[in-house]
Amino acid sequence: MDFELSEEQRMLKDSVDRLMADEYDFDQRKKHLKGPHGFSDGVWSQFAELGLLALPFSEADGGFGGGPIETMLVMESLGHGLSLEPYFASVVLCGGLLRHAGSPEQRAHWAPQIASGEKKFAFAHAERHSRYDIGHVETKAVAQDGGYVLNGEKSLVLNGDAADMLIVSARVSGGARDRDGIGLFIVDARAPGVTRRGYALQDDRRAAEITLHNVKVDAQHVLGAPGKAFDAIERTMGEAIVAACAEAVGCMDEMHKQTVEYLKTRKQFGVTIGSFQALQHRAVEMFVALEQARSITMYATMLAASDDAEERRRAISAAKAQVGRSIRFVGQQAIQLHGGVGMTHELKVGHYFKRATVIDMFGGDADYHLAKIADAGGLAS
Amino acid sequence: MDLNFTPDEIAFRDEVRAFLKDHLPADIREKMIEGHHPSKDDMVRWTRILNKKGWAVSHWPKEWGGTGWSPVKQYIFQEETMAAPAPQLLPFGVSMVGPVIYTFGNEAQKKRYLPAIANLDEWWCQGFSEPGAGSDLASLKTTAKREGDHYIVNGQKTWTTLAQYADWIFMLVRTDPAAKKQEGISFLLIDMKTPGITVRPIVTIDGGHEVNEVFFDDVRVPAENLVGQENKGWDYAKFLLGNERVGIARIGMTKERIRRVKQLAASERDGERRLIDDPRFREKLAWIEVELKALEMTQMRVLAAESKRERGKPDPASSILKIKGSELQQAIRELALDVAGPYAAPYREEVEHGWNEPPAGPDWASTIAPAYFNYRKVSIYGGSNEIQKNIIAKAVLGL
Ligand SMILES: Cc1cc2nc3c(=O)[nH]c(=O)nc-3n(C[C@H](O)[C@H](O)[C@H](O)COP(=O)(O)OP(=O)(O)OC[C@H]3O[C@@H](n4cnc5c(N)ncnc54)[C@H](O)[C@@H]3O)c2cc1C
Repeated sequence: MDFELSEEQRMLKDSVDRLMADEYDFDQRKKHLKGPHGFSDGVWSQFAELGLLALPFSEADGGFGGGPIETMLVMESLGHGLSLEPYFASVVLCGGLLRHAGSPEQRAHWAPQIASGEKKFAFAHAERHSRYDIGHVETKAVAQDGGYVLNGEKSLVLNGDAADMLIVSARVSGGARDRDGIGLFIVDARAPGVTRRGYALQDDRRAAEITLHNVKVDAQHVLGAPGKAFDAIERTMGEAIVAACAEAVGCMDEMHKQTVEYLKTRKQFGVTIGSFQALQHRAVEMFVALEQARSITMYATMLAASDDAEERRRAISAAKAQVGRSIRFVGQQAIQLHGGVGMTHELKVGHYFKRATVIDMFGGDADYHLAKIADAGGLAS
Repeated sequence: MDLNFTPDEIAFRDEVRAFLKDHLPADIREKMIEGHHPSKDDMVRWTRILNKKGWAVSHWPKEWGGTGWSPVKQYIFQEETMAAPAPQLLPFGVSMVGPVIYTFGNEAQKKRYLPAIANLDEWWCQGFSEPGAGSDLASLKTTAKREGDHYIVNGQKTWTTLAQYADWIFMLVRTDPAAKKQEGISFLLIDMKTPGITVRPIVTIDGGHEVNEVFFDDVRVPAENLVGQENKGWDYAKFLLGNERVGIARIGMTKERIRRVKQLAASERDGERRLIDDPRFREKLAWIEVELKALEMTQMRVLAAESKRERGKPDPASSILKIKGSELQQAIRELALDVAGPYAAPYREEVEHGWNEPPAGPDWASTIAPAYFNYRKVSIYGGSNEIQKNIIAKAVLGL
């Protein structure tokens, strides 16, 4: 048993924390938000310079060979800083798909472009009726002239408006929810037939609705074996869920800190409100929920790369379930204990509440994952 | 003990229902169902429709437009209007300052203000809270100094709901700085057009503009705008807050939201099945319904006891209504969030006269997350749930 970070991991965490402290205070963040795609190209370049965008790729592919623990550290720090940068979309999601589905040639070609920040990627996967089912794909891919032609509509594509490249999931065979028959296709976001409509999310990040109309993909842009992409998608989504849990832990840690700080400074009835035992206990309950979330996120992080698919799945669902429950409690109580000011757009704490709430909606909420665990006969195997 | 309404009460309920069916404007009803805030114009329109019928201030004394309905009929009326769903009447006039004026004001004040409240010819807002005086309201600092036949008001109020539309504000001000906290406070009515008043918007986490800061810089207020006696304002405020708590459980509104959530869950598919067919989801919904039924019975008990109590003394059990009522308002909106799932994530901008097109997902999903965020307020305002618990611990349990 060892929960200590290595020297390198500590340096990684410190460098991201420092970058966020320098570039992402609340006022700077407001400025970044006004950028054309709702984040800062300048900070994005600094992510590249620090090597964050290269982190999960193998050294052979021009990366640093970081694993789930390194990703967890980065995501937690980004959660602390309430980052708007498309790290999750480009590096965690699309980087993951490239690692799990890409051929050596494809990885050698695309990984350095993600790592340098030269190309931003987005994962065009979810659809209007897919909800939390990652096997639900109705977009069609039809073989033609040695390549494919894509038709369909993708929804809630995180950072899809800013992306240079899209990884699109589409069905080469089977019915809407068959696990078999799904392919992954790399598509230039400006290719003929691609229409994007970008919009803001509740937590200030951005997403896009994307329509694909007779979009041509040549053979070298088909990621992995067409029709057999489900496993790569599941692996990637699993890792992404754990990464999102880490981001949520960062958000909750901030909410808890800010709340405790507020209890120490806000005075009513001639005393700081933190002197009321009712509020002390509530802050402790928030702390318990936070630490439970932190622990299970570590658990899932350490199992995220496990080759035992069953064990991996259960650990990931356990993490998302606990984190989802913690998000609701910590978020709601952070607002409650701030009183009226907690309700204001001007104060940071509400923004963390909203980010955490949106994270809860990604990859299945607590009920969804609890049901998965229950249906699998519980956690103990 | 008898749960049944009398034939007379049933006839009354049917009358209210029929009236709502015929007279609640369809566009307003639609807006309410979809979870949008009613506009100022919607509120004015609806209040005037009710007032024409003589139902806008049903709980007031007959002399000032009240109906003389029994508490049970009042309750039926509230339930039916919330369930319609019609907008809640602006509480600041109808439920707050109106009762203070007809109870403690002089004849001239009653004549001057009450009819305009009933018809929403004048929009009122509530100037109690200050940056330093929230739960500890009695520590308020805004001063009113008597100079001849005027008070000169200086200070700041905050969280003032819908002050951006207000013609008048009722205020708690400090008139005797030397007196003990609660004893130097007076209740003052101020015309929002008076020079020296500045209203600054506060944007809330759902992106809405519902609350404001209001600043007072040497604002001259005619002394005749004092309600009751100088330095007795705290008594009137306690009376007002007691009235506020009774209506605050919003049981009819939560019932209406439950219906809405059921309808949405029946329309939204989770793979092969409808969400409403998921047994786990149904149990969560059922629990909210059970708790709401219990609360409804508590509300009935408070109501039945109320007609026998001394006026102005709120039943301590009414704190239960606020605590559970707000928790259930929040719970049903949290469940709606579960129903919308990922489709609640897109942010739909509220523009001046309505809303932009929803950017993604089903139409109805765009109001779900903002409502979840916004309804965190109901356990904060009107005496936070922690304060309500302090009241019960002290007044009911004797701790
Ligand atoms: C949306 C909204 C609309 C509002 N509209 C109006 C309006 O129109 N007019 C108006 O005058 N006011 C209005 N209010 C103000 C509202 O009444 C106050 O927010 C409320 O009284 C709480 O005060 P506060 O915000 O200063 O929080 P604080 O009093 O600072 O409370 C902070 C936290 O400490 C807790 N706390 C405080 N004291 C104790 C204690 N003794 N024991 C245990 N816990 C305690 C509170 O419960 C809360 O969780 C509104 C507020 C909101 C959010």
